Amino acid sequence: MNLAEGIRFVCTILLSVMMIGAALGVVLFENIVYSAFTLAGVFMSIAGLYILLNADFVSAAQVLVYVGAVNVLILFAIMLVNKREDFKPVPRRWVRKGSAALVCAGVFALLATMVVKTSWPTDLSLVPPVSAVELIGEHFFSDYLLPFEIASILLLMALVGAIVIARRESIVGEETALVGETPPPVLELPERPREPVA
Amino acid sequence: MPLEFFLLLAAALFCIGIYGLVTSRNAVRVLMSVELLLNAVNLNLVSFSNYLDGQNIRGQVFTVFVITVAAAEAAVGLAIILAIYRSRDTIDMEQFNLLKW
Repeated sequence: MNLAEGIRFVCTILLSVMMIGAALGVVLFENIVYSAFTLAGVFMSIAGLYILLNADFVSAAQVLVYVGAVNVLILFAIMLVNKREDFKPVPRRWVRKGSAALVCAGVFALLATMVVKTSWPTDLSLVPPVSAVELIGEHFFSDYLLPFEIASILLLMALVGAIVIARRESIVGEETALVGETPPPVLELPERPREPVA
Repeated sequence: MPLEFFLLLAAALFCIGIYGLVTSRNAVRVLMSVELLLNAVNLNLVSFSNYLDGQNIRGQVFTVFVITVAAAEAAVGLAIILAIYRSRDTIDMEQFNLLKW
């Protein structure tokens, strides 16, 4: 093992420990803001693992999309629904948590045995391509052209759909119908009341 | 590092994500757990594309598609949570039983 492989090994172990620890923090922290920041830690460590796996373009996309967009979006959502509410205790909640942990451990054991038992035909003699970006671009515009275009349509649908779902409906032009006296300056649009459900 | 190491890592991340998805009561934390699941799948795809398909990296192309879908899912999911929060004034998952029975 030469120096480069040693550094690679140490970096992989370090990033893996960081990733698992931060993921446990996302799930187990009581405060949701801490969870959001440890989620950023998970995304950054996964970006580092992508670099170690010769995937530089995907690593950059991971940092841009996940840390830059999704995590900020989640932080905004936490601030928008920031309500310090103590959840009502549910009876025998520890049974649910324990059974969920048991099932997850079982799934992990199953996957681990599958991974270890299978003999993967890895071939490390082939050198990886010099520029992954060019290859990915060729794939996008030749044999994966249709999924690429469908992904753009999906993004447009998600954009419009998110705005339609999350916006408030305001009433425009009804209160200005009063003639005679000047209405006081209203600094916010009146909102159409939604009937609360149940 | 062998391929098995990365696959085990992705499996561990996936199981942590499932645990958070099932047990958390805050709706925003459920979305975060879904992001963990998608990231585990991405890690799997990238490690497969490096070790088994090193010449024409098709796994990375799929990873980019998964990242796209994850971004769209996060936007729509947070919008749904916001709408539910406005109408029910809580983000407790135990009380979102509108479509249950």
